Amino acid sequence: MSPTKTEAEIVLRLDQITKRFGKLVANDAISLTLHRGEVLALLGENGAGKTTLMNILFGHYLADAGSVTAFGQPLPAGQPKAALAAGIGMVHQHFTLADQLTVLENITLGTESLWSFGRGRATALAKVQALSRDFGLAVDPHARIADLSVGERQRVEILKALYREARILILDEPTAVLTPQEAEALFQTLRLATARGLSVIFISHKLHEVMGHSDTCVVLRHGCVVGQVATRDTDRHALAAMMVGAEMAEATVAPGVPGPVRLSLRNVRAGPLREVTLDLRGGTITGLAGVSGNGQAALADLIGGGLLPEAGVMLVDGTALPKWSPRAAIAAGVGRIPEDRHKTGTVADFTLAENAVLETYATRFARAGFVDWAAVRRHTETLIAGYDVRCPGPEARIRLLSGGNMQKLILGRVMEEAPGILIANQPVRGLDVGAIAYVHGRLVAARDAGAAVLLISEDLDEVMGLSDVIHVISEGRLSPAFARGALTQGELGLWMAGHGFGQGLTDAA
Amino acid sequence: MIEILISASFWAAVLRIASPLIFATMGELICERAGVLNLGIEGIMVIGAFAGWMAVYLGLPLWGGVAVAFCAGALFGLLHGVLVVPFGLSQHVVGLGVTMLATATAYFAYRLALPQVTTPPKIVPFQSWEVPVLSDIPLLGPALFAQTPLTYAAFACAGLVAFVLYRTPLGLAVRAAGENPAALEAQGVSVTGVRVGAVMVGSGLMAVGGSFLTLSAFSSFFFEMVNGRGWICIALVVFGAWRPGKAVLGALLFAGFDALQIRLQQTPIGAVVPYQLFLMLPYVLSILALVAMSRRAQVPAALMVPYAKGER
Amino acid sequence: MRLEPVANPTLLRQLGLPALALAATVLVAMGLALLAGANPFAVLGQILTGALGSRLAVLETLNRATPLIFTGLAVAVAFRAKLWNIGAEAQLYAGAIIAVLLGTGALGAPFVLPVSAAVALLAGAMLLLVPVLLKVRLGVDEVVTTLLLNFIMALFVSYLLEGPLKDPMGMGWPKSPALTPDARLPRIVDGLRLHWGFGIALIAAVIVWVVQTRTTLGFEMRAVGSNIRAARFAGMPVNAVLVKTALLSGGLAALAGWSEVAGAKGHLSLDLSPGFGYTGIIVAMLALLHPLGVVVTALFVAGVFVGADAMSRSAGVPTYIADMLLAVALLFMVLGIALTKVRVVRG
Repeated sequence: MSPTKTEAEIVLRLDQITKRFGKLVANDAISLTLHRGEVLALLGENGAGKTTLMNILFGHYLADAGSVTAFGQPLPAGQPKAALAAGIGMVHQHFTLADQLTVLENITLGTESLWSFGRGRATALAKVQALSRDFGLAVDPHARIADLSVGERQRVEILKALYREARILILDEPTAVLTPQEAEALFQTLRLATARGLSVIFISHKLHEVMGHSDTCVVLRHGCVVGQVATRDTDRHALAAMMVGAEMAEATVAPGVPGPVRLSLRNVRAGPLREVTLDLRGGTITGLAGVSGNGQAALADLIGGGLLPEAGVMLVDGTALPKWSPRAAIAAGVGRIPEDRHKTGTVADFTLAENAVLETYATRFARAGFVDWAAVRRHTETLIAGYDVRCPGPEARIRLLSGGNMQKLILGRVMEEAPGILIANQPVRGLDVGAIAYVHGRLVAARDAGAAVLLISEDLDEVMGLSDVIHVISEGRLSPAFARGALTQGELGLWMAGHGFGQGLTDAA
Repeated sequence: MIEILISASFWAAVLRIASPLIFATMGELICERAGVLNLGIEGIMVIGAFAGWMAVYLGLPLWGGVAVAFCAGALFGLLHGVLVVPFGLSQHVVGLGVTMLATATAYFAYRLALPQVTTPPKIVPFQSWEVPVLSDIPLLGPALFAQTPLTYAAFACAGLVAFVLYRTPLGLAVRAAGENPAALEAQGVSVTGVRVGAVMVGSGLMAVGGSFLTLSAFSSFFFEMVNGRGWICIALVVFGAWRPGKAVLGALLFAGFDALQIRLQQTPIGAVVPYQLFLMLPYVLSILALVAMSRRAQVPAALMVPYAKGER
Repeated sequence: MRLEPVANPTLLRQLGLPALALAATVLVAMGLALLAGANPFAVLGQILTGALGSRLAVLETLNRATPLIFTGLAVAVAFRAKLWNIGAEAQLYAGAIIAVLLGTGALGAPFVLPVSAAVALLAGAMLLLVPVLLKVRLGVDEVVTTLLLNFIMALFVSYLLEGPLKDPMGMGWPKSPALTPDARLPRIVDGLRLHWGFGIALIAAVIVWVVQTRTTLGFEMRAVGSNIRAARFAGMPVNAVLVKTALLSGGLAALAGWSEVAGAKGHLSLDLSPGFGYTGIIVAMLALLHPLGVVVTALFVAGVFVGADAMSRSAGVPTYIADMLLAVALLFMVLGIALTKVRVVRG
């Protein structure tokens, strides 16, 4: 850890940054300072304004007011190039890498004048290899990005910043896509970086990371700084209270009453899924924990009808269905809340009414090939009222709605069909606190009404808080079922990193 | 058949037919590697054919005509680029619109300049230039090394495109713009600049390909002389899997079939089979090429995906 | 510079920008007239009177609009489902060939017209089915395949007109024999040179509109065109929808050729279509893909062509001014429409 930080040189200063998106004030007069060798954690709930602030700093957005000073020089607004030149490197939450290019090409991209012949690969290669060694960032410079794991891709992102001589590293939710063990390696790298005089800002909403790896915490809520404290002077509870404000109330969910098995998979292979065995019981929320991209999407598709099993048995209410498709799944009582409500859940240019019947227009609202739009409208009005969708009315375009209201309409669309099986894939991603509570409440209500709920989430806290039974998915394999509370967070983390699977297979054999 | 394939004139024709295709295919390839589909190609070839010819007709030297063609093409490329890159309009619709506009502009200007003519006036086109020593090689010499300068330029252009694309920072930026524009923007390079620039240069090359028809292959400008060559080049880019080398091979293969069908028309087969069937061959081949390459090639990931800075 | 979505565009914005696009097109027209050494206002006036100035002019405009309504509808239906059918020209000729095959004595009244219309529809549908099957089965881009089919079809027609379908009385010209009187579309009103093809085109527009807004198929077509992933996720039979769209679109384009042969011309020749298939794209885009709007824009586009022809004869401005203006109008309009939904902001 750095010495007394007030003595260290100030490398970055944000002053009164304000940014509005329409009526929403994403950043409200935010100020903060970063010192040389310091690790600053920017903490806050989803939607608190952390990412917006960093995008302003990096020049992706233009602030409505306020200024940025880096190494004593004012930073011109809205120019990523200026931020790069000033020694600020950003590692985005969604990596900005070109998949078909090599690691080396991604790193050198844009570092040389477009009108030159380039300095040659040998020099660049030597520099990348030296940086890899010095900062503990092992990765093959000649590999294509498409062939790398998520952890390796993040290392490339950090190498990109270091290659450009970045003195300040900004990491947006860097551990969201990592296993706990990979995250540990990342923090090791950050310690090496600060030891060499670099400064780090990392954005997170995970309290344990912030407590374990930062010098200073800045907490944002609703676009305002609500607190700035030295990490050693605070604790998790104090930070949590600052993050969520007065609304802090850990809702505890009563366990469900297990019913019959509604859906079962036996040694199913499909896409990336390997020999998956799973039972979904009525009256139960089954949580699926795992790092993003380990087969969650395939599992949701499989049960939702978008993917066919290549081998193994899938039974719905004890019977094998001959023809499996989204339509067959819906007919069999599978309700699906998709992972991406913008791209797969809704048609942006359609009205609420049209989106409300996307799955049922042909079955419930059609006569002789004609859609009964009057009935659709009545149905949509019921959904809007019943699910608290804030909108101008059924004829409004759904693209105008906030994420939360969009999700409520999808929730209504699915729940009104009283599904026996409910697949909720990342149901609260990107929602505000109120909407999260609403969606969780509805999931629990569906469970209590007898549905078999599969909750897929990358947020371990969400899975542990809601589920009656937990499975972990890793590289397409599914762990055995763990009852609620059977494993600690750390133990689940080991499963997420792939430990325990091989052993399980030998036992079974 | 064998006689045809071993004649030097056949291979000379292959190179000649391939030349405009190579220019235009390289142009389209540059656009698509940067992430922009350019359906303006057909019209841009027309305007290139017209502008190059008109410039020479008005007294410019032949290479001046080529330069004028390039600039005319780049201008229409700028129009396409501005509409589809910063404004993100449909690349299909704008491309077709640019083709219509460029074609109509060429025809309008031609009629404006030459209202009364019935037989199109001629210019003195590029003459074949025999490479010393090499052109004396039997068979190979007259086939490969007795071409017009524009044909040599076509092959040089393909080599240059390959070099820039794979060996320079500029080429890396173009490829990144077509694979993941966000990666480029994050490194401080303007995606809009790279894409619009690529479309302009690419369109310039398409127009040079068009000008080959009036400045090298023929000596006048006819309506409908481009006759679908632009669309064939789009198929060639796909056939060449977005790689310059393979695309040149595709153009040569294609030109080979075209040269063959012309000669087959003169044989006894041609007396039995209607000539239209031979003329269909290039178009049918293009469709077959697309079918053969379907799902095999590595399409640039961001092709036809508009990029909006700071999109949430 | 950056584009920012406008959440609730004002009426002024929604109507003003397209109007501005048209105004800009008129300005370009005047500029081109100046370039040609003519009086811009006189040229505009002559285009207007040429298109609407007399009963004959109006009838000519209506006749010219007929195939454009069909091809415009064909494009609008396809583009709405993001099916890029650029092959209306080929489908048009497929319909025209059928009109000749069945209309030169093979069938008599009263069957010849309905049967040849149905077969023409089917022929156009089949012609588009090939590229669409290649698209859904193999992922082959339909833009290029439909474009290339236009050239193949033109050569095929040329072959037919110099071979099997050549008119023995045609004095060597590549044209087909004339249709029998039974196979000709009657005039809507006796004495007025306007055939029933126009009426059928209007009916087709209404049917397409009903299909798009009221039926499950229309709902599916719009969903597939707007967001194919969401449509697939919701369980819509995406490939079947694309195939049905293709059948409808190809069929409509074929009717354009059928009605030109059976209504306007009475025979098939190589110059049957001066690019009606391609102009259909402009008609459809200017109508924002709305089937009833297609009728209006087809009349507009036909008026520009007819008017420009008349103006060209008297003012000496090349008739290609019409093609230029329509291409400009298309580009301005797509830009104008886009700007109703986004605005340009700094930063």
